[in-house]
Amino acid sequence: MNIHEYQGKELFASYGIDIGPQVVARTPQEAKAAQEKMGGTVVIKAQVLVGGRGKAGGVKVAKTAQEAEQKAKEILDLTIKGLKVEKVLVVPAADIKKEYYLGLTLDRFNKKLILMMSASGGVDIEELAVTKPEEIIKFPIDASVGIDKDGLDKALTQVFEKPELISQARDVIQTMYKMYLEKECSLVEINPYGYLANGKLQALDAKVNFDDNALFKNPEVEAMRNPEENSADEITAREAGLSFVSMDGDIGCIVNGAGLAMATMDIIKLFGGEPANFLDVGGSSNPNKVVSAIKIIMNNPKVRGILINIFGGITRCDDIANGLLMATKQVDITVPLVVRLIGTNDKEGREILQKAGIEARTDLNEAVKAIVAAR
Amino acid sequence: MSILIDENTNVLVQGITGRDGSFHARTMIGDGTKIVAGVTPGKGGQKMDEVPVYNSVPEAMKAHKIDVSVIFVPAPYAAAAIKEAADAGVPLIICITEGVPVNEVLVMYHYVKSKGLRMIGPNCPGLISPGKSKIGIMPAKIHLQGNIGVISRSGTLTYEVVHALTTNGMGQSTCVGIGGDPIVGSGFIDLLDLFNQDANTAGVVMIGEIGGEDEEAAAAWIKANMKKPVVGFISGRTAPPGKRMGHAGAIISGGKGTPEAKVKALEEAGVRVANTPSEIPGLLKKKLG
Repeated sequence: MNIHEYQGKELFASYGIDIGPQVVARTPQEAKAAQEKMGGTVVIKAQVLVGGRGKAGGVKVAKTAQEAEQKAKEILDLTIKGLKVEKVLVVPAADIKKEYYLGLTLDRFNKKLILMMSASGGVDIEELAVTKPEEIIKFPIDASVGIDKDGLDKALTQVFEKPELISQARDVIQTMYKMYLEKECSLVEINPYGYLANGKLQALDAKVNFDDNALFKNPEVEAMRNPEENSADEITAREAGLSFVSMDGDIGCIVNGAGLAMATMDIIKLFGGEPANFLDVGGSSNPNKVVSAIKIIMNNPKVRGILINIFGGITRCDDIANGLLMATKQVDITVPLVVRLIGTNDKEGREILQKAGIEARTDLNEAVKAIVAAR
Repeated sequence: MSILIDENTNVLVQGITGRDGSFHARTMIGDGTKIVAGVTPGKGGQKMDEVPVYNSVPEAMKAHKIDVSVIFVPAPYAAAAIKEAADAGVPLIICITEGVPVNEVLVMYHYVKSKGLRMIGPNCPGLISPGKSKIGIMPAKIHLQGNIGVISRSGTLTYEVVHALTTNGMGQSTCVGIGGDPIVGSGFIDLLDLFNQDANTAGVVMIGEIGGEDEEAAAAWIKANMKKPVVGFISGRTAPPGKRMGHAGAIISGGKGTPEAKVKALEEAGVRVANTPSEIPGLLKKKLG
C-alpha cells in the first residue's frame, strides 16, 4: 500500500523527524490561505500516488498569495498518469544548501534490509543508480540483529561531510528503521533530505510503502489508505475477495491463481489480443466469487470478450460452472465468452455448462485463440 | 530417486484440525503420503481421523520420527509455527500459508538457516515426488512419475506445466513450488543444486515470474554449474510496472524484476524460455536429445 507525501511526512513527524511546516489544500483558496499564513515564497506540490509529478508540472513555486491561488488551481486541474490531482501540499520554500538522499527497503536478493544514502539527492534515485551508481552508498541491515552502529558511522562519513550532519542523519536513520519495523513498511524514503541554511537537515519529501501482508497488524496504517490508489473496479474486487488489476485491453480474464492469471494474459497478447484485466479468483470454490468477477468485468465498457481459465486444484470446476450459471442469471453477458476448464471435477463442470448451452474447452492455447477471434 | 521427499518421508501437519489443514491432510493421506502426526495447540490427545494430534511440535517429535513439517496455520501465527518447528529441529519445514508479513518471514529465513534446516515457502503449493509422497495442495492425479524436475514460484501455473509434461509422457522426479512472496525459504538455486545432484533427474523446468532478481541469479548459477538441460517460462510479460499481480513478490518496481531482463539472462545461460506452457515439453525433448 502506498500513501501520499503529506501522509508520509505526518508519519515522520509523529516519530520526531523534522519535516517543517506543511498545509494540505484541496482548493486554490485553501492554498492561498496557506501562503498568507506562512508568508514568503511557497512550494505547491501535487499529491498523487505516482512518480514523475515534477516533469508533469505538478510542482510549482509561488511568491504571493495570488500566485499561490493561481498555481494551485493549475495543479489541481492536472491529471498525472491517469490520476486526477485532488490535493496539493503547500510548504515554505526552504533555503536549501544541499540535497541528500535516504532510503530504506528490502533487499530481496540478499535477504536483508538495505539503507541507501547519497549526497546527490533530489534526483530520481533509479536514474542515479544507472548513471552514477558509485554515488549511492549501500548499508545492509540484518533485521534479526539490528543496525551495526560502528558500520553505520563509517558509512555516514562517506555521505555527510560535517560531524553535526552525521549526528542528525544517524538519529533520523535509527528512527526510519524503527518506523519501518513498527509500521511494517516495504519502503521508507526521504528525497530530498535537505541541508538547510540554518544548519538543520529536514525531510523535504516522503515516500512510504507498506507490506500488504502486514496491514492487519496496524489498523492505523490501513486507515491511511487512499481509494484513488486503485480503480473503482479494483476496490469492488478487493471487497469481493478477488485479486484484480485493471489493464488497457478488451479481453476480460477470470483465472484461478496469480501465476496462471499472468500467463493467461501473456498468451492472449502472444496470440494478438490485449487483456482488459488481471483477475485471480483465488483458491476457494465459492461460486459467488465468479458472480462478482463477471459483474466487475462487464462493468468495463471496453470489454469485448471474456475468457475464463480454470485449472482445478483446490478450486473445483463444478463450483466455477455453477458460479458462472448464477452470474448469467444476474448479469446480461453481452460479449463472447470462452470457458476453459481442466483439473478437479472438470467433467462435472463441463456437463453443468453444456446443459446451459455453454461449451467448455480443455486446451488453453485453443481457448485463447477462440476469444481473440471472437471479439 | 527424487529430491527432498520420497515414500519413506514421515510428515507432521501443523494446524491439522483447521479447515485447510484437515482437508489437505486427508487428501495427502489419500494420495499415499505418510502423515504420522498433527499439531494444534490445545487439542493434544485428539485424533484427526487416524492421525494423533499433539499440543506442540516437540511433543509430536517425542512420539514420532518426523522428517518434514507442513504448516497450514493462519498468517498471523505462521511465523511462530515456523519457529516452533525450527526450534524442534524438523529438517524440512514447508509453509503453505499465504499472506505472512514479509518482515516476519525475513527473520524466519535467517533463523531456520542458522539452525542448519531447510524451509520452503511461505505462500507455496508445497512439493510432490509423484508416486512417492505429496506434501502440499497440488492435485496428485495430474502428475506422473519420471525424471523431470520442476521448480516454480506459482501454483496453478505449475499444474498447467505439469499437465503439459504428463500428457506428453514426460514424468516428474519432484515438483517444488517455492512460493510467490518477496522472501521465501528456498530459491531456484537451492533446488537447481539438488536436481543437479539427483541421479534420477534428467532435466529441469524452471517457472519464474516478474519481480525480484532471483531468475537472473539462477541463470548465472546455471551457466556456471548446471550439468542438466533447463527449460524456462516467465509469467507476467504483460504486467504493468508498479502493480502487484496477486503474488506479493510479483511486482516490477525500481526498474527491477522486468520479464525482459529475466528472459535475456536465462537465454544467455543456455536456458530455452518457452512462450507458452504447451511449448515446454517440446523444448525439453529437444534438449534431452
